[in-house]
Amino acid sequence: MQLNSKIPSGPIENKWDNHKFSIKLVNPANKRKYNILVVGSGLAGASAAASLGELGYNVKCFCYQDSPRRAHSIAAQGGINAAKNYKNDGDSIYRLFYDTVKGGDFRAREANVYRLAQVSNNIIDQCVAQGVPFAREYGGLLDNRSFGGAQVSRTFYARGQTGQQLLLGAYSALNRQLAAGTVQMYNRHEMLDLVVEDGHAVGIITRNMVNGQIDRWAADAVLLATGGYSNVYFLSTNAAGCNVTAAYRAHKRGAGFANPCYTQIHPTCIPVHGTQQSKLTLMSESLRNDGRVWVPKSKEIAQKLRNDELHPSQVAEEDRDYYLERKYPSFGNLAPRDISSRSAKEACDDDRGIAHNEGGNGVYLDFADSIKRLGQDKIAERYGNLFDMYERITGQDAYTTPMQIFPALHYTMGGLWVDYNLMTSIPGCFALGEANFSDHGANRLGASALMQGLADGYFVIPYTIGDYLAGDVGLASAGRSHTDTPEFDEVENQLREKNAKLLSINGKRSGRSFHQQLGKIMWEYAGMERNETGLNKALKLIPELREEFYNNLKVPGSDGELNQELERAGRVADFLEFGELLCRDALDRKESCGGHFRSESQTEDGEAVRDDENFCNASVWEYTGDDSAPVKHTEQLEFENVKLAIRSYK
Amino acid sequence: MNLTLKVWRQADADSDGKMVDYKVEDVSEGSSFLEMLDILNEQLVETGEEPIAFDHDCREGICGMCSLVINGLPHGPERLTTACQLHMRHFKDGDTITIEPWRAKPFPVVKDLVVDRSTFDDIQQAGGYIGVNTGAVVDANAIPIPKEIADWAMDGAACIGCGACVAACKNASAMLFTAAKVSQLNSLPQGEAEKDRRTLAMVETMDAAGFGNCTNYGECEAVCPKGISLDMISQLNRDYAAAAMRRLVGRAS
Repeated sequence: MQLNSKIPSGPIENKWDNHKFSIKLVNPANKRKYNILVVGSGLAGASAAASLGELGYNVKCFCYQDSPRRAHSIAAQGGINAAKNYKNDGDSIYRLFYDTVKGGDFRAREANVYRLAQVSNNIIDQCVAQGVPFAREYGGLLDNRSFGGAQVSRTFYARGQTGQQLLLGAYSALNRQLAAGTVQMYNRHEMLDLVVEDGHAVGIITRNMVNGQIDRWAADAVLLATGGYSNVYFLSTNAAGCNVTAAYRAHKRGAGFANPCYTQIHPTCIPVHGTQQSKLTLMSESLRNDGRVWVPKSKEIAQKLRNDELHPSQVAEEDRDYYLERKYPSFGNLAPRDISSRSAKEACDDDRGIAHNEGGNGVYLDFADSIKRLGQDKIAERYGNLFDMYERITGQDAYTTPMQIFPALHYTMGGLWVDYNLMTSIPGCFALGEANFSDHGANRLGASALMQGLADGYFVIPYTIGDYLAGDVGLASAGRSHTDTPEFDEVENQLREKNAKLLSINGKRSGRSFHQQLGKIMWEYAGMERNETGLNKALKLIPELREEFYNNLKVPGSDGELNQELERAGRVADFLEFGELLCRDALDRKESCGGHFRSESQTEDGEAVRDDENFCNASVWEYTGDDSAPVKHTEQLEFENVKLAIRSYK
Repeated sequence: MNLTLKVWRQADADSDGKMVDYKVEDVSEGSSFLEMLDILNEQLVETGEEPIAFDHDCREGICGMCSLVINGLPHGPERLTTACQLHMRHFKDGDTITIEPWRAKPFPVVKDLVVDRSTFDDIQQAGGYIGVNTGAVVDANAIPIPKEIADWAMDGAACIGCGACVAACKNASAMLFTAAKVSQLNSLPQGEAEKDRRTLAMVETMDAAGFGNCTNYGECEAVCPKGISLDMISQLNRDYAAAAMRRLVGRAS
């Protein structure tokens, strides 16, 4: 596998401009001759499909939901970063770049991050023009809030529903192209595999989820905007349908998978309630602007709180441990996600957790001080919908009783390896948004996922795809649409066999039960803290579970109908392979960095220790067959602008 | 808690459906309504029966995919709550609960509790956007918008497109859904240029899809999980009347 990152030369602030000038363009009149497939309709997919449609390309867009408006970007609550410096508080493109590289624990590609910071401002302009109702001040200008890992206020927001509003903005741009006929939308279509001919991606195969029909689609380029893989842990804040199938299938067809062990555990989720739980719910990080995180100093008080013998408001100030403020005075409650999450785990492992679940796994997020300072109305205006959501789920009023929170799987920084053009190691196959690996390193800062999804879709791929189309594909071969090739035949046959197999096992257990069991293994051995013994255990347990899956799975119904159990079984089958890859990567990366914490690599007071000498790189895994181990390649990361340093938020 | 469920089962769009009784046991109060259905489906799979198909995705009340009529009410008995956010603590041990799909002609049943809401996308495609290409824009703060207007636009934009408003309306009217988007875009300066065109096209597409007329009963507002106000419909009616008048005299935007 050749990894050529194609990072442009020159000073970092000129790289993107130079690159745009030097790459090939497709003449406006020729764009309509090219066919492009976009898989996924979240922020990255919808913005890419709409923008490419506007340029004149023939675009087909696919999503598994019943409407493109429902992609899981919609659930992002807090906000989107941009270096507008509207607050006059010292922000700049360079500072956003610096914060993102540092927040990612120096495991991201500098050039990509700088470009992200550069286009961040265009995104805000674009969204406002689309009618996205960002929060405003009385003067009519845009409001900002601050977020974890930054000392400036650069986050734009729309109540607690920023992801929804940005996605509906992209959806409206997509709708405009659907009406114009430049884009065609295929709802309830799930991509099952990628088709590669002569080393180039030439199409995909989908299953129509309403009638089971298998369809072939050919094109000049395929864009995967299919999100992350948090659901390999079963319990996560992702939507129930989020899955790794499209990305993993591309991986099996030759796309390198980078840093699968970089997973983000979000510190502010509602604690687990019991074994029937199907998903976890996030409470936006923005709450940490006004909420204070604490647990009692003593185990005895924690015990009483868990048993409801004491109300949290009765715990005296001197008996409380505001541990983030204590340990990280300059960032306090706004310490980055990985650090906040691990601190919560530490407190609970120390038996000072206060939730009613097994292990007492929860800490307080307390608004009493802010309510005293600003009044309940102000807090309700800022976070009202989040407080309402909290009450619906837990039955508790967070205005009078502190919220209980605990970390949960939320986002995955790893993904398909891409070059500066967002192209995977299969020419013609691109990966956008959470599905790729490039911008967040080992840890993503809050309000940066929305920024990256839209940056990739609106402002990067519309330029960079031209280089591939005008270069590799060329005008003479433009407009690929034939699907009657041996390659398509072969992939379709494999898929039909796979579905037939899943339906014919006729065992005793549901796909969901296998998924749940896999999730437990992943959380226990590859969760917030990892070590060699545990990872080796997981690498033994996962193949065993996979074997049981293929012997004891039960999928009722048939292939030719709406069959949600079959859909799930196919996704779980891929998770059962992918989980192993994640653990293998986690085992291989012996350092701690960002969301990847190896207990063997920490300081005396429990801070992560990176190993820049051996691991200042991206691990890119190449699939070599079902019965052979994947091969690791590395892309060395060069830090020419930000000096490698120990990440300190103290 | 132990419950009896009466669930609508229908093999596909062309088949007849019927209510079928199920027992589900040991449901915890902290579970969500959909988790309760997961438990039932788990039981069904293990006994080789076909599980109940239902739409769901985010399970946090924002994607708008879940669409269950619970005891006769879209999204169930709790106000401002989608079915996925409804928790079992609102039910009692021994309860009998009926579960049906959205019922409206423009939302045909696909299977069991799954319906086809693509007519909603059609309405949005008719004009639910501002005609701006990527990149062709001015600085975000070059368009000051009074906070009250921005807030009003956000109130409309909060719609999740679930279709509960249609399911609750005895006329199967989609006015609240259409009005929410029209009001958001029409009240913003960015949406001014296409105001009339948008309003007329979206209303006409809505009518053509077979949604009924609004007769001001307000059932839609009562069941809307996002609390979208009937005031949105007032604005739509005003904007529609003005647009229709201007079209009559050849002055529509």
